Amino acid sequence: MIGAAVLAALATACAVGAWWLTSARWTWRAPRTAILLWQSLGVTWGLASTGALLAYALEPYRRGVVHGLLALLITLEYGVHEPHDVVRLTSLVAGLALLAVLVAVLLTAGMQTLRARRRHRLLLTLIARDEPAVPGVRVVGYPGAAAYCLPGLKSQVVISDGTLSLLSPDELDAVLAHEAAHVRYRHDLVLLPFAALRHALPWSRVVRDAQESVSLLVEMAADDRARRQCSPKRLATALLRFGTAGVPAPQGALGVSPGANVMARVNRLVQPAVELPAHHKLLIVTGSVVLTASAPLLWLIPG
Amino acid sequence: MKGLGELERSIMDILWAENAPLTAREVGRMIEDRDLAPTTVMTVLDRLSRKGFLNRTRDGRAWRYQPAASRDAYVAELMLEALDLTGDRDAALTRFAQAVSGSEAEILRKALTELEEE
Repeated sequence: MIGAAVLAALATACAVGAWWLTSARWTWRAPRTAILLWQSLGVTWGLASTGALLAYALEPYRRGVVHGLLALLITLEYGVHEPHDVVRLTSLVAGLALLAVLVAVLLTAGMQTLRARRRHRLLLTLIARDEPAVPGVRVVGYPGAAAYCLPGLKSQVVISDGTLSLLSPDELDAVLAHEAAHVRYRHDLVLLPFAALRHALPWSRVVRDAQESVSLLVEMAADDRARRQCSPKRLATALLRFGTAGVPAPQGALGVSPGANVMARVNRLVQPAVELPAHHKLLIVTGSVVLTASAPLLWLIPG
Repeated sequence: MKGLGELERSIMDILWAENAPLTAREVGRMIEDRDLAPTTVMTVLDRLSRKGFLNRTRDGRAWRYQPAASRDAYVAELMLEALDLTGDRDAALTRFAQAVSGSEAEILRKALTELEEE
């Protein structure tokens, strides 16, 4: 019983933590640390909520979730037959279903993303050209402003003709440094599970806010990396030029406005706040590691 | 000898520039790289057909090839995704920044002017 209760408490704590983190602003002063915390909250929430259901269901086995599940699979018989065990049986079904849904959602999203990227890569081969002025960057003949990274084993940075004419050389350098940071840190892998979860639970506000927070933090992390190599002011003006040029994306009914996100990034670049102290960061990193380890351990211990 | 990707690109460019379907031999004659073996052109045309970028029709003993869609259609497809206009909100790409409209764009424009005056 204790195992299930602790796991349920952990899942609740993660949900509350996520809700709190969506409105926290210290995250902007340490985006990479905050991303790590988000990831550990996500993983732990998934494992703790499924684990709580399963731990309760398998409690009569007294062997913990992992070994309880194994025992169940080997005997193929749910070894409890008392009347009130309908609750436990429901809990078992719910836990397994939730686990299956989470795994399926992640796999489907991963496959869809890979397919979309493969198609995009194929089209780029046929459409994009190399431009001597910007070596290593693919250029698409399109008058609007676009700059993005197509992630993969061989990531490609792509810009449009519109970007070339919109930005000064310094600004272009800044944008390319930003995109290079996405490539280097594989930010797409950070975003994937959050985007997948949002796709699966489009009505969930916490999930939506979480996904938007993480994608803003990823941009901020790339900005931070880029400013080491280029003028932060040029990166800021490039952001503003991008924000006011081209076709506005359709906006979700309730989401954080993209304009506010651009301004938040610009303000950080122009007037950087004091970075989060190192010992605070260390504390958060340690907390994230402990949190991530806690759910698998609770799956193992006999409850 | 060019890379395979570049060869695919120049062959598509040739076919996009022509209005009529071409045979492999005709395409081969229009390629800048004259040392290209005719079989290489055929292989690339075949690959592009299998990927769905070309349609082919029988003409006697030869195949005639033409693009399945216009170049502009593919550019549009790429840019819809690049600008996040598909509504998928997927994580296939990481984009530099989103464009905004209306009063928000006005705020950004003002900030830009201020920054440039500094």
